[in-house]
Amino acid sequence: MQNYFYFSDMFLITWIRTLGRYWLMLSRTFRKPENWNEYKKAFFRDLDHLGVDSLGIVAVISIFVGAVVTIQTNYNLQDPLIPDYYVALAVRESIILEFSPTIVSLILAGKVGSNIASTLGSMRVSEQIDALEVMGVNPHAYLIMPKVVALVLFNPILIIISMFLGVIGGYLAAYFGIFSTQDFITGLQLEFNAYYVSYALIKTVVFAFLITSISAFYGFFVKGGAIEVGVNATKAVVSSSVAIIVANYVLTQILLV
Amino acid sequence: MIEVRDIQKKFGDTTVLKGITTSFRQGVTSLIIGESGAGKTVFLKSLVGLHGIDQGEIFYDDRQLGKMNEDEQKALRTEMGMVFQGNALFDSLNIEENVIFALNMFSEMSAAEKKERADFCLERVNLKGVNNRKPAELSGGMKKRVAIARAIALNPKYLFCDEPNSGLDPRTAILIDNLLQEITHEFNITTVINTHDMNSVVEIGEHIIFIKDGAKAWEGGGEEILHTDNKAVTDFVFSSELFRKIREKS
Repeated sequence: MQNYFYFSDMFLITWIRTLGRYWLMLSRTFRKPENWNEYKKAFFRDLDHLGVDSLGIVAVISIFVGAVVTIQTNYNLQDPLIPDYYVALAVRESIILEFSPTIVSLILAGKVGSNIASTLGSMRVSEQIDALEVMGVNPHAYLIMPKVVALVLFNPILIIISMFLGVIGGYLAAYFGIFSTQDFITGLQLEFNAYYVSYALIKTVVFAFLITSISAFYGFFVKGGAIEVGVNATKAVVSSSVAIIVANYVLTQILLV
Repeated sequence: MIEVRDIQKKFGDTTVLKGITTSFRQGVTSLIIGESGAGKTVFLKSLVGLHGIDQGEIFYDDRQLGKMNEDEQKALRTEMGMVFQGNALFDSLNIEENVIFALNMFSEMSAAEKKERADFCLERVNLKGVNNRKPAELSGGMKKRVAIARAIALNPKYLFCDEPNSGLDPRTAILIDNLLQEITHEFNITTVINTHDMNSVVEIGEHIIFIKDGAKAWEGGGEEILHTDNKAVTDFVFSSELFRKIREKS
């Protein structure tokens, strides 16, 4: 019993300490840049690297998941009393409310999160972060802020594209023989609530912040060598995914209930 | 001039630096020598403020490092150049961008002036025509020279080098050593170099500090080290047959 309390205390202390270091990192990240032009260059580099480069995977996944959701919903709503266009309505709500903002963000936590953590981790173990500090550059601000801002601004665009392509995927599934595309379009337009899109975009912005800041935290404080960089990249993906799932519940409770 | 007074540094329960007191003069190449794990890198990183110290004081021309606020520390750091053991060149930037990185951040120079400065620094370290190449495309010796060029780009008053010739062949190592000494004299810089290479001691050691188990065990000039009777120093310096023969002859 004594051992149990000892370990639970240690876990709590470690958790509080980690949270404290995360907040400290954030407080050092959002500071006035030494030179706006250099930060602007870093921002566009990260925008391209983390945002634009993710378009391909988001597009492929959105089209196919949109199609599969349509087929599965149609399969589960096979009832003479339910009109076919209700399938499209269900697909639209699934894509806007959950698939695009949450599932695509989880996929990005894997792609972008591991990229950020391993890049910063490699910079840490090869002393590039120390080199920045010795030069008088704030490494937190220069390396993390442009990434956070780039993804927070670009993630909503990615998610809107994902919503659009998810619906296109559903349309294609309907077109290739499930039911009439006319019913699909009717269903899409039925009882559309624009607030759902706002809700999805608010979630997206929060998720983008969590992905970039948590992954940067794990990368920035790597100690050791190549193995630790890999271990921390994995931790970054797991932690940001868990944070997204928890934040998803909290935001849904706040914004929809 | 850099003055160090009784500095101590602990990691957990282990005391890594045990009350080191010394000073580093302007225009002189100072070498910190000692076995691997003696505390040389921790000492150098404490000097530049990458590691906070637990006790003691560090003065940069009468400015106390520990009492500076964040902006003052940043200003001081623009007067520093550092060459890291693994070079620490930015992989994503080409050689010219690496050299002018600090200029981009802190100077008001035009693009043409920065290019001119980059060319000057690269020529000074005997590198030409590599401006657009990435660090990964260069040899170890070339990377080291780029790191030196980057360190001197902002005309530093203080230059720190951590094992600048580790992993280099003897000929390139001597070239790097001589280059560092030339730069120190030419620009009147306070230069502090960490090394465990005895060739460096003989080639460029004007002021040498020997660290053993985190404490200063000996301090003196380049000639003095060859004639000292300090057992810890002689065990370290003359551990190789070659240096024993040099001592016997001198």
